[in-house]
Formats: sequence, C-alpha cells, structure tokens
Amino acid sequence: MQLITAIIKPYKIDDTKAALKAAGVAGITATEVKGFGRQGGHTETYRGAEYQVEFIPKIQLDMVVDDAMVDSVIQAITGAAATGKIGDGKVWVTPVSRLVRIRTGEEGTDAI
Amino acid sequence: MSRSLFTKRRLAVATGFSAAALLLTSTPALAQDTEITAEAVQGTLDNVFVLIAAVLVIFMQAGFALVEAGLTRAKNVANIMMKNLMDFCVGALAFFAVGYAIAFGGAFDGVGKFIGGGGWFLGEEAFTYGTLDKTVFFTFQVAFAATAATIVSGAMAERTKFKSYIVYSFFISAIIYPIVVRWQWGGGWLFQLDTPFHDFAGSTIVHSVGGWAALVGAFVLGPRIGKYGPDGKPRAILGHSIPFAILGALILLIGWYGFNPGSWLAADGPVIGEVALNTTLGAVAGAVVSMITIWLKTGKPDVAMTANGLLGGLVAVTAGCYAISPIGAVIIGAIAGVLVVFSVFFFDRIKIDDPVGAVSVHGVCGSFGTIAVGLFSAKEVDGVVQKGLFWGGGADQLISQIIGVVAVAAFVMVAAFVLFSVIKATIGLRVTEEEEIAGLDVEEHGAPGYGIEQTV
Repeated sequence: MQLITAIIKPYKIDDTKAALKAAGVAGITATEVKGFGRQGGHTETYRGAEYQVEFIPKIQLDMVVDDAMVDSVIQAITGAAATGKIGDGKVWVTPVSRLVRIRTGEEGTDAI
Repeated sequence: MSRSLFTKRRLAVATGFSAAALLLTSTPALAQDTEITAEAVQGTLDNVFVLIAAVLVIFMQAGFALVEAGLTRAKNVANIMMKNLMDFCVGALAFFAVGYAIAFGGAFDGVGKFIGGGGWFLGEEAFTYGTLDKTVFFTFQVAFAATAATIVSGAMAERTKFKSYIVYSFFISAIIYPIVVRWQWGGGWLFQLDTPFHDFAGSTIVHSVGGWAALVGAFVLGPRIGKYGPDGKPRAILGHSIPFAILGALILLIGWYGFNPGSWLAADGPVIGEVALNTTLGAVAGAVVSMITIWLKTGKPDVAMTANGLLGGLVAVTAGCYAISPIGAVIIGAIAGVLVVFSVFFFDRIKIDDPVGAVSVHGVCGSFGTIAVGLFSAKEVDGVVQKGLFWGGGADQLISQIIGVVAVAAFVMVAAFVLFSVIKATIGLRVTEEEEIAGLDVEEHGAPGYGIEQTV
C-alpha cells in the first residue's frame, strides 16, 4: 500500500477528481493548503500599496492505493492537473505500513 | 404627462384638505388654534422632510460602520463595530447636553461669533430654524455631529484603546465640532464675513472636521504593526470584507440624499432637486475617475479605492451642491476622484497609517470641494453665496472659502492634537503590542466578532 499525495492548482480539482475515479481510486481526501515553490509567490496591489502574496492557494489530495495502482494513479494526476505553466504542483508517494477501516476493523488492502 | 401628474397631485392634496377640514369641524377645540393655510401645510412638509432627511443621515452610521469593518481585519471587527455604535450614542448625549447650545445658542456678537451658549439640554432658549420645530432641527443637527465624530474611527482603527476612543467621541461632539458649526451655521464669524463663507451641507464644517481630527489621531497613534517594512516602504494590510466595504459605501451614498438636500431645511421642490442632482453627479464622477486613476497607476481597478472615489466625490460636492451647475458638480467630483487616489498614496508614504482613507476622503476632498465653491459657484444670493471666479464673480467668494477652510483645519488640528495628547499622557491611546497582534476583539470586548461557535 502506498500513500499518494498531490499538490495541484485549485481550478484543476474537478478534472483531477474525474481522472482519479476513472483510474479506479475509491476515495480521496482534499485539503485547501497554501505554499510556495521556486517562484516564491508574486506581488499584488491593494488600495495602491503593494503586497507580496508569499503563499499561493493550492489543493492537496491524499489517497491510499494498492501497490499495483501507483503508476496509473500518478499518470491520471499528471495528465489531468497539468497546464504546462509554473505552479502546476507535485505528486509524491509514501509507503504505508498499516491501514485500518474504523467502522469494521478491516485491515490492509481490504480497508482501502 | 408631467401636467397630468401635477393635476393628480393637486387633486390628492385637495382631498386631503377636505378630509382635514371635516375632521376639524367635528373637533372644535382643535379648530380654534389650527387654521389650514398654505403656510401651515408648508411648515408641516418642511418638518416631515427634514426629519426624514435626518433619518437618512443617521443611516450613514451604518454605512461608516460597514466601510470601516470591511477595510480592516476580521480580528478587530467587533471593536470597529462597537466604536461606530458608541461614537453615535456618546456623541448624541454630548451634543444634546452642551454641543447644540455651543453651536446655536446665545447672541451672535462678541464672543458669540466664536462660541455660543444658551439652550443647554435643549431647554427653553434652544435655537431653531425657520419653520422647523426645535426637536426636528436638533435631530437633523445631531445626525451631522455624529457624522463628523465617526469619521475618525476608521483612520485610528485596529490599534486604539476603546475607552480612549470614548473620551475622544465625547469631546469632539461636545466641544470641537460645535465650535466649528458656530462659526458658520450658528451665525458666527465666518458667516459674518463681508462675503460670507459658503459651505452648504458641510464639506468643511462636517467632513473636514472629521478628516483633520482623523489625521491628528493617526499621527499621534503611529502606524499599525506591519504597515511598514524594514525598508520603510508601505505595505498593504488587506481588509477582510470587500462586500461590507461596498455595501457601506452605497449606504453612505443613500444617506447623502438626506445630508445634502436636507440641508436646505425646507421642502422646496426645485432647490432640493437641484441639490440631489449635483450630489448624484459628484458621486458618480468621483467613482469613475478614481477607478481610472488607480487603474492607470497600478494596472488594476482597485475596488476599495473606487469606493473611496465615490465618497470623495460626495464629500467634495457637499459644499457647493446648492450653488454650482450640474457640469460644475461633475468637474468637482472628477477632480476629487483624482485627488483621493494621490492623497492616499501621499499619506501612506509619510507614514500616516489610515486603513480606510478617511483623511483623504473627508479632509482633503472636503477642503478641496469647499474651495471649489469659490471657482464654480453659479449663483448669486445675497448673504449666502456669490458667483465664483469661473462664472465672472471675481475672487471674493474664493478668498472667503480659503479663509474658512484654513481656519477650520488649523483649529481642529490644534484642538485634536491637545485632546489626543492629553488622552495619551493620562489613560493611554494605544493598545499593547501583544493585544494589537492578537486582535482587539477579545482583549477589549471579551469575545471575537466572528467564529464564536468553534468546535476546537
């Protein structure tokens, strides 16, 4: 089992969700997050005074999947969330040592 | 069409008359001391009109509250709302007790040119105007006093101790504002100039009083933590609700139709209509031009700055809305729209931290609009206003306007400086650094303005 975490542009959430469902992902957790990457934010103005937008809004998606699905899930995310412009985000994979479904007590891949 | 409308209105009035007459014949006691005459009806209309206008001006309190809350941060929203609530309440008590007497009471010569007295607590001697009952005139005037007082809370937002603000509210409504009113509307020295100063509804007498007191308050307080970077460059501190700010600006616009037309103090069709027209044109020109100005300057049409432009146009046209032509109103509003943007930039740069732009809107545009009467006045009414420079009236009115603007600015700045300095030296003016960063809501008032139902 692997935890796949993706940081994507907020307006790509619908496309990405559809692609993940099509790839067979049963459930995802989406969180509104803020952060910066290599560009380091950008400048805006309010009432004529400049301010630095250092943390840009993003959406973080978390999902636990079976080892066999990892490649297709990553493909689904990179395919659906890419715009080709700066700030498209990242996907990373973390091994999961144990997983329990709270309602039934099922463990491992049965709990996915 | 207008002719048939006119006939209809006349018919409606006539029906009202006969109904009233019927009522009167059946109650002879009333008929003895009330005779239905054109004057009596006009008097009643005047009182009704001015009372409704007063209510519209009091509605402006809601506008100020929303503008100021919207352009400041959520952690201070309860505090700014409370300040807007209490400056009206404390100010109204102060104006009832002493302010009204200082503004309108007593003789107009000698010391009476500068400060009035008589009719304390709206007693027997209390002044009234024309056909108006003193209760109606007082209600209209107390609404104006509250407007001058509440302007300051925006400029001093997010860092002022609440109890210190209460003390300020009392003194501006009890003494500072009434003295300025005395000079002009109370029949004092500005009104007694050879060419009387002209400020129809209070660009200077109301708005600049609030604006200059706001300037001094923001100066004595110092800027909010985080307003200026280590390099000394101003940084934007975003307001928490643009919808509040714009709703507030629109409520102020609505209230202004009481503020300006009501200042004629009588229900005379042509005049109150002209004043309303000029008020509209000044407001919209100010908003359009300020939007264009900020758009050209920063690349985007800033929402809050455009609202400042609407208000700047309104403030500027308030002095001349009786005397100027409609085109004059557009020009004055448009100039105010440019002025307000550059003024906000200017005060930002000299480290006067005014979160809502109150100094620029009320002080700068108010003074400009008052001086502009000396240029754009198209009317000649003896003892009221002369034609301006651009209408062939020479410089007499312009000079009186400059005298009035400078005198009011100087008096208010000195008086406000003394007041805020004494408050600072005694009970303190500014909250602690810790409280300012945490927000004033909990420390000053016990509970946050938002988010009381938190799960964790």
